[in-house]
Amino acid sequence: MIRTRALVAAALAAMLSGTAALAEDHGALPPREKWTFSGLFGTFDQAQLQRGYQVYREVCSNCHSMNYVRFRNLAEEGGPDFSESQVKALAAEYKVKDGPNDAGDMFERPGRAADKLPAPFPNDQAAAAANGGKAPPDLSLMAKARTFARGGLWFLIDWLPFIGYTEQGPDYIHALLNGYEENPPKDVTVPEGGHYNAYYPGHIIAMPKPLSDGQVTYPKAADGNPVVPETLDQYSRDITAFLMWTAEPHLLARKQLGLRAILFLLALAGLLYYVKKKVWSDVGGETHGLQPELHKTG
Amino acid sequence: MSAHATTYVPKSRLAKWFESRLPIVGLVHSSFIAFPVPRNLNYFWTFGAILVAMLASQIVTGVWLAMHYQPSGTEAFNSVEHIMRDVNYGWLLRYMHANGASMFFIAVYAHMFRNLYYGSYKAPREVLYILGVIIYLLMMATAFLGYTLPWGQMSFWGATVITNILAAIPIVGDTIQSLLWGGYSVGNPTINRFFSLHYLLPFMIAGVVVLHVWALHVTGQNNPTGIPIKSGKDAVPFTPYATIKDVFATVVFFAFFAYWIFLQPNYLGHADNYIPANPGVTPAHIVPEWYFLPFYAILRAVPDKLGGVILMFGAVIILALAPWLDTSRVRSANYRPIYRQFFWVFIFCCFLLGWLGSKPPEGGYVLAARIATFYYFAHFLIVMPLVGLFETPKPLPGSILESVTGPGKQVGSSGMPAGAAAAPPTKG
Amino acid sequence: MATTAAPSDAAHPHGTTRRDFLFLATGAGAVVGAAALAWPFVASMAPDAETIAAGAPIDVDLSPITEGQIVNVFWRGKLIFVRHLTAKEMTDMKAVPVGELSDPATFAARVKGGHDQWLVVYGNCTHLGCVPIGHQGNFEGWACPCHGSQFDAVGRVRRGPAPINLPIPPYAFQGDTKVRIGEGAAA
Repeated sequence: MIRTRALVAAALAAMLSGTAALAEDHGALPPREKWTFSGLFGTFDQAQLQRGYQVYREVCSNCHSMNYVRFRNLAEEGGPDFSESQVKALAAEYKVKDGPNDAGDMFERPGRAADKLPAPFPNDQAAAAANGGKAPPDLSLMAKARTFARGGLWFLIDWLPFIGYTEQGPDYIHALLNGYEENPPKDVTVPEGGHYNAYYPGHIIAMPKPLSDGQVTYPKAADGNPVVPETLDQYSRDITAFLMWTAEPHLLARKQLGLRAILFLLALAGLLYYVKKKVWSDVGGETHGLQPELHKTG
Repeated sequence: MSAHATTYVPKSRLAKWFESRLPIVGLVHSSFIAFPVPRNLNYFWTFGAILVAMLASQIVTGVWLAMHYQPSGTEAFNSVEHIMRDVNYGWLLRYMHANGASMFFIAVYAHMFRNLYYGSYKAPREVLYILGVIIYLLMMATAFLGYTLPWGQMSFWGATVITNILAAIPIVGDTIQSLLWGGYSVGNPTINRFFSLHYLLPFMIAGVVVLHVWALHVTGQNNPTGIPIKSGKDAVPFTPYATIKDVFATVVFFAFFAYWIFLQPNYLGHADNYIPANPGVTPAHIVPEWYFLPFYAILRAVPDKLGGVILMFGAVIILALAPWLDTSRVRSANYRPIYRQFFWVFIFCCFLLGWLGSKPPEGGYVLAARIATFYYFAHFLIVMPLVGLFETPKPLPGSILESVTGPGKQVGSSGMPAGAAAAPPTKG
Repeated sequence: MATTAAPSDAAHPHGTTRRDFLFLATGAGAVVGAAALAWPFVASMAPDAETIAAGAPIDVDLSPITEGQIVNVFWRGKLIFVRHLTAKEMTDMKAVPVGELSDPATFAARVKGGHDQWLVVYGNCTHLGCVPIGHQGNFEGWACPCHGSQFDAVGRVRRGPAPINLPIPPYAFQGDTKVRIGEGAAA
């Protein structure tokens, strides 16, 4: 017993001192934002996704590809929900390379709903060459491909409903877009071609500040007033929601089916519990392995 | 499949005709219907059935995913995204399969901890237990191979790290590594053969599971008291009593499983695996899936490559030696006041190693991992042999029935006819 | 009993030898056959002809690599670092006492004579194959993100679980500004 306690104490002491010594310099963690798609019942806001697509189209798509998204996806239920004709019109704005035709030549044609969103560069090498040696990453999966560690033991509860927290990816993207600082801290030297960002790991990011207030003009409401403010914060929320949709296009279907599946399984489990109780009553019931004699003899 | 004679009596002429040619109905009857089960099993004994359900779930979703998946360095990542976006319910199949691996390991760890706590590994169940360790090893191999298949950054670097671990084996290591790679590094030939092996191993697991169940039905089940079935009153027939309990527990487990599939499908995965494999950049924090973290912590606790590898494999192999390292005459830790304390320290160490495996290998974390690694091995090599010799166990109940009802009391009816329950071997 | 046993006893030594030889020869034949059958299965997993053929030497132009820069190239699917050492790095590396290294190698053994400022090494950590990050760690070299190994500016292991220095691929200089990786003797 004494040896046991000593061991536990030694392990705990090592763990605590280690943790204290290693309190890593994370810099600022991205602030936690509210998202319509979070939680058990969260869904995407169609208007927000449409605005997000507009931001992607007008700003991000100049450098970033979106290789896993097709124009037809933009009309899918649970997504931006553009109409079929809107999607056709959006696709037709682009020229798409196709072929070879019967003569063996490649040719250009207007985009179709089945085409993927056109990439700004023909390949990674061209993208890298045009962007100071580093290709801008594809954005299709960005909201799921980025995260940050909260540290501590939060991982033990972060998966739980209502109190959990699993939107680190979107929060990071939102924070990154808002995290550019023109005057970096004095002890930081920003190399040429680099930019200071409070939330990027290492703080020096190759991407210049992509969004600023008033850069994208959103469609106005019927009375001529803007529906949402045309600010950096709003743009970054909209593009982040859009990127969450491109990363997880079936989020709505998943949650809807999931709630039904879980309720069904719990109901079935409830029925089975009483069936089991009835069955076991024939032999005097079950004791669930409790050990009455243990409690008696201490 | 069973050592005891079946009580199945075919009724119709067709059944008689068939039974005299292939006595499979009698086999199933004796193994899953009339088989005597200790009446005091708690819910930790339902994980066996849950594991069978998980294996079935993984095989079915895996076969269906393979209808859409393309094992190639250039197309694997794309085909997974194709499954996620375009295949009808493809996202469901893939999330079931990915999270199913985690659920499989949750169930297997519960099963293993139950086994260690109640001394189920002890005689006469050594072979049953070693078959379980073999299943666990095959599961680890299958899970590792499967995790490489989406060909994201974690897939690629996981494959690189693990194949480099094998290269530490003296003399033949480099050859094994080259045969696994099929090239000079992890690449297209690697993912192709990993897919092939990932498809093969679950069926090997199923084969060993058959042996595992067979061995179980020879020795009979252990129970929370660790004492054998002595009379018909100690047991109930497998069907309906254990069957309904197993089904109930499995459905509850699947409700938990469904929560992960539908509401937290990426929580147990790694964000980096949504970045396509890039052989030029290793992710900043490379960690294996949660279920390998304790072993990963042991690997990193040793400042020597070969030593770390030996200790990591040793941590699994030592499990197989438990029946001979444990000197106690009593099985269940319920009756072992001293060993029980050490058992919980051991569990704490396993969780601690898991947590440390997710941390960077620096400073205090490495020191803590070394202490926990020491205890992990000491538990088997020092605690198990010594505590068994010096400990005075608490008095065991006279019978399983007595443990349920308390001494002297009787319940109205017994679960098993006395003759049927006397059939299973009660030796040991 | 005795009468029936006698003939078999008498025949025993002779018969056993012949029968044992027959069994042994048959068994050995079967083992050889099984091994011969297994060999194609094992051999098919080794690098195939196309993979081997793709490992032809590559040329790297050194002129755009500035002092202190590390460039990543691939040969046979393996990552290779080409590093332009600064004068300070060269001085520091020459000053390291070789006896203190876990895998002793002099500065001269890590580079090619006459091209002291160029280091060419495989880019995978010798521990478990991760890519160490350049210009990190305490030795002006690389630090591995996986298990904390650190390498100095000429790729010698200085800390952590890596057993040996970053290996040097076969390469040869083609003039002062070009290096051919995959050709020439390994340094």
